[in-house]
Amino acid sequence: MAELTEELKEKLIEQLSLEDVEVSEIGDDDPLFGDGLGLDSIDALELIVLLEKDYGIKLKDPKEGKAIFESVGVMADYISKHRTK
Amino acid sequence: MIKEKYYISDYCAIRDKKVFKNGDELYIDSESDNLKDFAKGVYKFLELKYPKFHKMDELCKLGFLASEVLFRDREKIDQDTALVLSNRSSSLDTDRKHQTSIMDREDFYPSPAVFVYTLPNIIMGEISIRNKMKSENAFFVTESFDADFMSKYSEILMNTGKASDVICGWVDLDNDKYDVFLAFLSKKGKKELTKEELNNLYNQ
Repeated sequence: MAELTEELKEKLIEQLSLEDVEVSEIGDDDPLFGDGLGLDSIDALELIVLLEKDYGIKLKDPKEGKAIFESVGVMADYISKHRTK
Repeated sequence: MIKEKYYISDYCAIRDKKVFKNGDELYIDSESDNLKDFAKGVYKFLELKYPKFHKMDELCKLGFLASEVLFRDREKIDQDTALVLSNRSSSLDTDRKHQTSIMDREDFYPSPAVFVYTLPNIIMGEISIRNKMKSENAFFVTESFDADFMSKYSEILMNTGKASDVICGWVDLDNDKYDVFLAFLSKKGKKELTKEELNNLYNQ
């Protein structure tokens, strides 16, 4: 799981252009939206694409993302249980 | 009826890895070998703290940076400052990236962060959000910078009360080749707004 959370943090920084953020600065339980990393609605769509493209997880309802994208830790847990690749 | 006079109070150009304000060289980059790194260098030079910048496409970054240079040293930007921009290549640079991302029908993943910038007028949205402007804006696609059209259109906006001031200009990018020129037009300034003057400043 630790390997997956690190991988996710690197993907978030790369794909969401979080150029000023270091992997070490993202806590597993830090909120990704709002006061946390400050992601926006476009980032949420990017995360939905990331789930499908990199882990073969297709969200049937985009609203599911609200719970899944709570933190890197929650994302990693969801991915480990549902990934198809 | 006496015709109101308008002036070009500030202007900015970004060309060939250099940034100019009012004709003076403000920033030179002799090291970067691509637009992304050059834009990042200008961002740092201007000491901006606006993380959203990193999510913009390159065309948007250019327009945004030019506006920041133009607004530098200004205390406040009037909410009614209109934006009238133009270019030749529209958002073609990003359109190509978007097209590439959707070419493979078996692996079809259009990136939201890319396709959100497949319109040139997004530049004006980003500048407006940053400066809390709630104004008229228009983006024209023309073969070259048309100083006559730009000055007339801007004058109409100010004459009819649609705008207090106008930022007009040219923000063009295609395959790492870029040409940016913005001018701040208002009722105050030293250079009178004429198509000849606007053209001269663009061609400096």
